[in-house]
Formats: sequence, C-alpha cells, structure tokens
Amino acid sequence: MAAGRAAAGRRAVRERPPAALLLPALLVAAAMLLPPAYLAIRAFERGWGEVEEVLLDPETLAVLGRSALLAGTVTAAAVAVAVPLAWLTVRTDLPGRRGWAVLAALPLVIPSYVGGFVLVSALGPRGMLQGALEPLGVERLPEVYGFPGAALALTLFTYPYVLLTARSALRGMDPALEEASRNLGRGPWETFFRVTLPQMRPGIAAGAILVALYALSDFGAVSLLQYDTFSREIYIQYRSAFDRTPAAILGLMLVALTAAILALEGRTRGRAAYHRSSAGATRPPAVARLGRWRWPALLFCGSVVALALAAPVGVLLFWLVRGLLGGESLQPLWAAAANSVLAASLAAAVTALGALPVAALSVRHPGPVAGFVERLAYLGYALPGIALALSLVFFGANYAPVLYQTLAMLVFAYAVHFMPQAVGATRSALLQVKPSVEEAARSLGRGRAATLATVSVPLAAPGILAGAALVFLTTLKELPATLLLSPTGFETLATRIWSATSDAFFARAAAPALLLIAISAIPMYLLTIRERVR
Amino acid sequence: MGLLGGAVRLWAALVVVAVVASCGQPPPEQEGARRGGGTTVAEATGGETTAEETTVSEPLTPGEGNLIVYSGRTEDLVGPLMEQFEERSGIDVRVRYGDTAELAATILEEGENSPADLFFAQDPGALGALAEEGRLRPLPRDILGRVSERFRSPEGLWVGTSGRARVVAYNTEELDPSELPESIYGFTDPEWEGRIGWAPTNGSFQAFVTALRVLEGEERARAWLEGIQANDPSVYPDNSSIVQAVGAGEVDVGFVNHYYVFRAIEEQGEDFPARNYFLKNGDPGALVLAAGTGILDTAENPEAAREFIRYLLSEEAQQYFADETYEYPLIEGVEPAEGLPPLSEIESPRIDLSDLSDLEGTLELLRETGVL
Repeated sequence: MAAGRAAAGRRAVRERPPAALLLPALLVAAAMLLPPAYLAIRAFERGWGEVEEVLLDPETLAVLGRSALLAGTVTAAAVAVAVPLAWLTVRTDLPGRRGWAVLAALPLVIPSYVGGFVLVSALGPRGMLQGALEPLGVERLPEVYGFPGAALALTLFTYPYVLLTARSALRGMDPALEEASRNLGRGPWETFFRVTLPQMRPGIAAGAILVALYALSDFGAVSLLQYDTFSREIYIQYRSAFDRTPAAILGLMLVALTAAILALEGRTRGRAAYHRSSAGATRPPAVARLGRWRWPALLFCGSVVALALAAPVGVLLFWLVRGLLGGESLQPLWAAAANSVLAASLAAAVTALGALPVAALSVRHPGPVAGFVERLAYLGYALPGIALALSLVFFGANYAPVLYQTLAMLVFAYAVHFMPQAVGATRSALLQVKPSVEEAARSLGRGRAATLATVSVPLAAPGILAGAALVFLTTLKELPATLLLSPTGFETLATRIWSATSDAFFARAAAPALLLIAISAIPMYLLTIRERVR
Repeated sequence: MGLLGGAVRLWAALVVVAVVASCGQPPPEQEGARRGGGTTVAEATGGETTAEETTVSEPLTPGEGNLIVYSGRTEDLVGPLMEQFEERSGIDVRVRYGDTAELAATILEEGENSPADLFFAQDPGALGALAEEGRLRPLPRDILGRVSERFRSPEGLWVGTSGRARVVAYNTEELDPSELPESIYGFTDPEWEGRIGWAPTNGSFQAFVTALRVLEGEERARAWLEGIQANDPSVYPDNSSIVQAVGAGEVDVGFVNHYYVFRAIEEQGEDFPARNYFLKNGDPGALVLAAGTGILDTAENPEAAREFIRYLLSEEAQQYFADETYEYPLIEGVEPAEGLPPLSEIESPRIDLSDLSDLEGTLELLRETGVL
C-alpha cells in the first residue's frame, strides 16, 4: 500500500472543481432534493404538534429499531454471500465461472412482491417443500414468517448489488499489490484478507449501502413475510388513512436514518488510494487454481443460484403450466416488454450520465460540497417507492404540467430513484483510475472536462457500465413510479405482473415475470462476455 | 473507444428494435383491453348483444372527448369493459391503473392539475376520502336512481358499481360448514387458536371493522379484535394470500371478500380445497361492500364520464361483473354468478356504505388493540 499512500498524498493538493463539473453535479443534487422537500412540505403542513406526536410515539421507535435490525442483518448476509461469489467468478478457474456470474446476478430483477410470494409458497408452513416431505411424515414446516423469512427473502434478492460492484472492483484492481504480497512471503489467505479485501472495500461498500437502504425501503417482501417494518408502516398510512401527513413524517424519519447510515459509512472511508501504482499496461491478475476446492466452490455457487433464481423460476413455471393446463391462454407481451426495455434503457443512460459529475466530484475534488452532493443522491433511496413517486406527482403536476405523465417524466423519476446505484458504481471505478494519467492528459493540453470524457470515463467504463446495468435491472421491476408517472396506458412487464398478482391470477403473472428475468439476462451476459475481450 | 465497443453497440441495437416494436404496436390501452382472460364483454354476456343494447345512451361523436380514468381496479378485471365502452360510445378512453389508495393520494397531490376525469375505486373508503376533500362532483339523478341507497353516497357524489360480500373462507378438508359459528364473534372462542388468517391492512377488512363499531359499539368491536388477537391469527397482506393459505391448509379459516375463492377455483380447479361461508342473522361479518366510481371536480369531460358510469350500470356491464369477476350486480334484473346466493338472501347487516366513513377511528382502534 506504500505506493497508494504516496499517491493519496499528492491528491491533497486540491484544485477548485471546474464549473463544467460542479454545475451539472449541483443540478443533479437539486433534483435529488425533491423527495425530501416534498415530505417536509407535507409533514409540517399542520404544524409541529403532529410531528411531535408521531416522533415521540414509542411504537414508532420500536418499528424503526426493527427496520434497522433487518437492514443490518440483510447487509451482513448479502456481503457474506456476494464477496466469495465475486472472487470465485473473477479470480479462480471455477468451471463455468462466466455462467455463474450471469446467473448469480439475475435474482436482482425478481420483484420483491413476486420473490416474497414464491418464498411463502415454497417454504411456507404448508408450502411446496412441505408437500414434497409429506410422505416422510412432515405435517408442517417451522415458521418462515417474521424476521428470519424477511431477512432470507431480502438477502436472496439483494446480494447481487454487492456481487456486481465487488466484481467490478476485483477486475479493476492492480494485481501488482497482490503479487508483491505473495513475493514478500504472505500466503494466499493472508494476501486475500490483508491486500485483496481492503482493495475491494469501496466496491463492497457501494453495494452494501444499496442493500441496506433497499432493505429499509422494501414493502413487498416484508408484508408477505409478515415482518413489521418502517416502510410497511408508511404504506399502511398511505393505503388506509388517506392522510399524507403522518406518512410524510415517517418518511422524513427514514430520511434521517439514511443520513445517519451515510455518515457512518463516510467515517469508514478513509483516504486510501485504490488505483494502479505502476505505470504498466493493464494486465489480468493471476488466476487462483481451486484444485480440490472446486467442488465445495461449485456447491456454494449452485446453492445460491438454486435458492435465489432456480426456485422462483421453478415456481413461476409451475404456475404457468398449471394455468395453461387449466385453460388459461398466453397473452401477447411484446408491447409491454418493448416498453419495459425502452424505459429501463433510457433510465440507465440518463442515470449513468447524471452520476458521472457527482462521482467525479467526489473522487477528484473531495470536500464538503462534493460530500454533500454525493450524500444527497442517497437520501431518498431508503424511502418506500410510493413516497418517492408521490413527491414527483406533486412537483410534476403542479410545477411541470407539460412534462407530467410523459416518458421524459418517468425516466426522470427513475433517475431520481436509482441515482445512488450509478453513483456508487461509478465512484468506485473512478477511484481505480490513476490521477497521474489524467494529469498527463492535462499537461498535453486537454481541458479538465475533456480529460474526464476522453481519459477517465473510458478507463472507468466497467464500473460505469455496471452502474448502468444496475439501474436497468432495478428499473425493470419498479412499480409505484411506473404506475403513477408513466404516460397513461403505458404498460410494462412489471405492471402486468402487478395487475395479475394483485387479483390472484398467478398463471397470468408467471409469463411476464419469466420474460422479465430472461430480458435481464441479456445485459448481464453482455457485461460478462466483455470481460474476455479485456 | 474499444472498451465501450461491441456490447454497448449490441445493446443499442436491441433498444432500437424495442422502440420500433413499441411504435408498431396499437396504442397500449387497446392492445391491453383485448386480453384480460381472453373474454370480451360480448362473449361474457353470451354474445346476445342486440341493436338496442348497443345504444345504451346517446352515442357521442368520436374524438369529441377523451375520457381519462384512474382505475384502482386492475386491467385484468375491467380492461374488457373499457374496450367495450369505447366501441359503444366512440369515446376514447385512457386508463391509468394502480392501487386504489395510491391513486386517491395521487389525485389529492395533483390538485387542480389532475388530468383525471373519473376515479374507479375498489372500495368506498377512497371515494369517501376524495368526497371529503371536495374533489368529487354530484352525479345526475338518473345514475343514482339505478342503485339502491345502501350502495351510494347520500350526497350523490359517488355510486357503487358492483358488490362484494365479506365471507369466511374455510378449508374443506379440515372443516364442515356445520362446524362454523353463525356469528363472527364465534371465532373469539379459544378453539380457533392458531387457525385464523386475516389481513388488517386490507381496505375491505377495515370497512368491516368500521361496520362492527357502528353496529355493535366501540367496546364490543374492541372486544372482538382482542378476542381474535388472543387466538394468535396469521397476518396476511391481502385477501388473495389468505385464500391461498386457507387452500394450502396453513390456516383453517380466513376473513375475506367472496370472489377470491372463485378465482382460485377457476385457476386451480374444482378440487381447490377452500369454499365460502356466509355468516348469519345480520352479522357484521356478512357485510356487503361495493366498488364504486365518482367524477372529479376538475374533470374536463364530465359528460363523457357520466356516459361511462351509465355504461358501468348497464345490463351488459353488470352481467360482465357477475360472470367474469364473480361480483354482485347492483342493478335490478341481473343475477349473480352460479353458486352465489342472491344478494337478497345474504343475511347482511342493515347499514349503508356511507355510514362507514370513520376510517380514522377504525385505524386508531386497530392500533390501540395492537392489530396494526
């Protein structure tokens, strides 16, 4: 790490951020302020009294505690699953590692209202597993409901956040550090824990924070698995009271909790450098030979993929076949699929573009402004989707009526919602770009903005693309904003799934859900085959 | 730009294909309405649409107005009706589907800029909330007159379009109807411990609790909730999960709306082991609720909206509700689906839906008893 520290020291000579970077970053920040601003307007609509009442309710704090516990557990579990998966699929001779990488990332697109339902039908007290075990005398399985079920469901459907960012961190890493460690006599395990893992930290952290905030925001899985969280409380307020003030107060508390988590994460960041220390050309790191360890490794990958992907796909196929046998006919899905792909691709492009100035500011010009702008991008991420969607309904309908309920508005909403995903991935990739490369471009006469566009962006491309892919995948399944802000009549695969499941037509939900998973496999596959080219 | 090469270009090509495909499609609302179980309204009514029926009302000239509907009822259920109305009236209908309560909140947030003409809601609670904020405009007498007073707003601001009965779904392998109590209070008996499923966050359930408060008084309502709580019920997010759980034998009984059992049977076959049980003697547990609709104060096209409501209350649409969604028709002369007792035979409590407006009080009671 000696070389890294020297480079970090050089960074301390701070340049004032150029306007070409600062202005777009501030613009993004302004957009990200909309949801909290809306919540504040609604929360204080009737003065302090009501805010105080909700704040001081012991029940509110208990639920907040339960949410925090769930988020913490899910994050730890997701990291524990994803980091070994990332290492196995990037750095070892694991048979079929590219295939595993694609399959293991796909659970991300399974909507939590489908995933939770599948888990209940498979592992419920009288679910499919119990049915299979009944000949052995198993009458009832232990409760899947409550904390364990909710934590399991959320872990299975969120660990890919960490997997994707950890993989791109591993791939962008300078192998020289590991080689030096090995040459100095450290064993492979020690090298992994003392050199590789610390180098992966920004990547893991970028994914972990997304997992934590997602776990706070989720409604679908926790309500199906009967665990009472803060977001569920917010939904109950919106759904049954038709009163937006208490919901907004709870939403603001969630924003405050997010700010606390971000502050905590910021303190662990430190000032280490993560870019290559040598001037040499990029080269692939050594591949670890697994030998006999191949079998347990395959078993591990296999079990994760079986639980998180094969099980839901299996249940969906079962619903589909049962429905088809029962006389249900397959409905055309092309329009919905095309709309899904179109909206998600636009969202991915716009979000990746918006994330760039924010991440570049944070990496190259760290300071209070950059820190504030970057944190702001995350603030609304833990909010349940409905609160975020309503905030944009409020601003859109009242202040931008021309854009309200157009595709542009919908893409904007997605960008506001999913900005942190792109910011995190882009930031950890930019950290791996050596400043001296940029300095060389500058000294050869390139401007700062041109340097960013022609030097840093291509070098950070794997991370930027990983961020865009994350946005694409999560946009595909997004529901509240899609329902409320899309052009009237705009149908996507997610809305088709929702429509069918909310009326308990499971067979009709199965086909769009399976298509959703198939479509998401394409960008994952493209991202993974690109690795070979590098 | 080698790094941004092949993969991204390939993806861009795919997106172009998607855009072309999506432009080549008919407008989504038409395409969508063609599905919905593959049944058109004409098929549902036995294809007996005569020339008279097609002139349900004065047809407006096409393009004269388009109608924007916010529908809390899903496309799978009401899409075919929208399509049929377009054909009959020549009015272009654009529908935004969503959750009833979320759409109500959306209309409130949109304020005077709301593009919606009409709100089609799952339950009267959401309509009541809009009415209270002054967001609904009065309906003409000819519309209100079609539906019994029980199922409409006393101020004439909204009207029910189809009825749903609260029932007890029971597992037929575990229970015989004769073992079920006549009153919802019977389920507070300790013999039901661990055997009940309910959905306290569900709007229909909450409407039932409101009815319980109105009919039996605050204390008796509290006693019922506490009695059920003492029996350690399983909590589900909605009616359909309860019916699935009852069918799987996870719980023996569940408090639900009547049509979910029918849909489960339609999808999973006659041997799906759950059926409905109607409580007796005017018990609050046999409450009949309604989905309904109202016209917004900001509607730009109220006449088209009125046409639409007239269509929803026509024989054709009411027959569709009976046959396709297994709900109760609310106008005279249309019979409910086979296997359902007629509305007049359900021993439901004497209460108007407009008496169920105190949601706030119900939520408070649910919180105080620890149910929510």
